[in-house]
Amino acid sequence: MNFLKKYNKQIKTILFVVLLYVIIAVIDALGNDIPRVVVSVLKKSCIYALLAVSLNLLNGFTGLFSLGQAGFMLLGAYTYAILTLPMAARESVYYMYGTVVNFSLPLILGLICAGIIPALFAFLIGLPVLKLKSDYLAIATLGFAEIVRALIQWQGFGKVTNGANSILKYPGFKKIMPYALVAGLCILLIVLLLKSTYGRAFKAIRDDEIAAEAMGINLAKHKQMSFVISSFFAGIGGALLAMYQTSLSATAFTSAMTYEILLMVVIGGIGSVTGSVIASFLFIACSEWWLRNLDSGTFLGISLPIFRNGFRLVVFSVVIMIIVLFFRKGIMGERELDVDRIGTFFTKKIPSMFKKKNKEGDLNK
Amino acid sequence: MKNVLHVENLTMQFGGVVAVNNLCMDVNEGEIVALIGPNGAGKTTAFNAITGVYEPTNGVISFMGEPYVRNTPHGKMKSTYAGINAETYASQPKMTKTPDEITKLGMARTFQNIRLFKSMTVFENVLTAMHMRKKSNLFTATFMINYKEEAEQRRKTEELRKLVDLYDVKDELATSLPYGKQRHLEIARALATEPKLLLLDEPAAGMNPQETAELTAFIHKIRKEFDLTILLIEHHMNLVMDISDRIYVINFGSEIANGTPAEIQSNPAVIEAYLGGDNDE
Ligand SMILES: Nc1ncnc2c1ncn2[C@@H]1O[C@H](COP(=O)(O)OP(=O)(O)OP(=O)(O)O)[C@@H](O)[C@H]1O
Ligand SMILES: [Mg+2]
Repeated sequence: MNFLKKYNKQIKTILFVVLLYVIIAVIDALGNDIPRVVVSVLKKSCIYALLAVSLNLLNGFTGLFSLGQAGFMLLGAYTYAILTLPMAARESVYYMYGTVVNFSLPLILGLICAGIIPALFAFLIGLPVLKLKSDYLAIATLGFAEIVRALIQWQGFGKVTNGANSILKYPGFKKIMPYALVAGLCILLIVLLLKSTYGRAFKAIRDDEIAAEAMGINLAKHKQMSFVISSFFAGIGGALLAMYQTSLSATAFTSAMTYEILLMVVIGGIGSVTGSVIASFLFIACSEWWLRNLDSGTFLGISLPIFRNGFRLVVFSVVIMIIVLFFRKGIMGERELDVDRIGTFFTKKIPSMFKKKNKEGDLNK
Repeated sequence: MKNVLHVENLTMQFGGVVAVNNLCMDVNEGEIVALIGPNGAGKTTAFNAITGVYEPTNGVISFMGEPYVRNTPHGKMKSTYAGINAETYASQPKMTKTPDEITKLGMARTFQNIRLFKSMTVFENVLTAMHMRKKSNLFTATFMINYKEEAEQRRKTEELRKLVDLYDVKDELATSLPYGKQRHLEIARALATEPKLLLLDEPAAGMNPQETAELTAFIHKIRKEFDLTILLIEHHMNLVMDISDRIYVINFGSEIANGTPAEIQSNPAVIEAYLGGDNDE
């Protein structure tokens, strides 16, 4: 009984997460009865949730304004695709250059390598780059991402990266669940890290570098740590994205992708993990599903001539502008989603909204 | 008496401005020493050089008898150097330490313009400062294998919080406290790093008269409780005369007097500096 009371909140949170996974399992089990768009939105949302949380670790929790996310994702995606490509498929994929990679790793090992390689790169470029202050750091990391993108497409590396040709036929997940499990596990690790003494040190650096340093926190070491860990998970996110797309080409990993993820972080709340997750799902659902019909003539049963190709992006941009202008702190601010609060939201807040309306009605009488 | 802090020929020059000029200072174990002087005299700059925020232009600083910072004018500074003793340390190797390494040696500071972790609660502010003395690593901390150490840190944090008279404000945002309480919190945070030497930069600034009056007793209390040696900068003369064992007075970066409170109060150079300048004291 005491145990239940003490860990009440934790238990509720775990139950809530389990519930979400049960829903995913049910959707997976229903298979073809579920519209394809729902399935692909859910997969992509899981991936972007991980990407947003990993960027938030760096930008939101450590206060390092980095724009290198797409570069690390790209490294992760290519590492995964190259290392797991089945031997039988190598010849047809690398028909132009041939390949020097003469082994094939199991999927899980490939995923882990997809984290390690970007982390190594982050370690190397972190040493000089993290000495830079905010704007310069952003520019340097952005430059890094663009260089990675260019180098991967360079034919000189063709025997490894397949140059400007796509990589195809590497293994991937079919159902939503494995995406949700991998992303969930990674996010859990980040949450555990943030809750630890290291997470507090990161936040201290974000709040006030001079004070953090005066309290004995080694700035270079901790910034480096956050950068490497964030890149590790960005790499895994990149690998998941490669699986989702089933064909991998460096051209897709532009800096616009980084901005998109940054936008999710801002919408969710800089410094809120649950905010990033919620924002990713809303963002992907809006851009790929709910607003889709704006491009196809009829939206919510209304047909207008402006509902044409591209109009969706206009509406989407307006929605984002409204959020950024009026909800500066994002959906969650710096707070985390509290399961109890969801409960009270449905049992108290919504009924009380109606009650207030009634009262106003009373006054009018 | 054991020497805790030894500052020798410390000069700090920014471009053409010599903010601290050839300062020599000693702080011995258990003492409360004050560093005073008119606005802009170079007190905070001296603190910043001692704690590693700035790299001094010239001079040596030692902690517990061990030099940890040493420099001599070099590069461009060599020709523009306006202080004295430029050659004293030219033959000795240069030494630098980052602020966190210096804190690790055993000195902690507070800031003139309070620098608390603003997104954190009172409790978290103090807890965060325990990070430096932890034994756990990234792995054990993430997977909560260090739960014993974590629990111990939380217990110590609670102790510290109550010791600095911050009752009933555990989970309040640090920045929501009144100024006087924020100063107490900054001291608690500094104490969490387990220092031997505590450097306080204007601890009474922003405090109301009652809090200022209580500050003497408060500083005595923490000194006794933690076996501290204290170096403080302060403008409230009553407090300084009341609390200090010895006082250093600087003006325009240079020392103009040092001695016991009684000696300082009757020193003509000090009176001149305080009455002659445009000072609000
Ligand atoms: N980073 C810096 N660059 C250039 N000049 C500086 C720098 N820091 C301090 N100074 C100059 O050094 C001088 C001493 O400043 P300092 O802050 O040490 O004075 P202080 O004695 O602490 O004064 P106060 O009582 O007002 O706090 C000032 O003239 C200041 O402008
Ligand atoms: Mg000052």
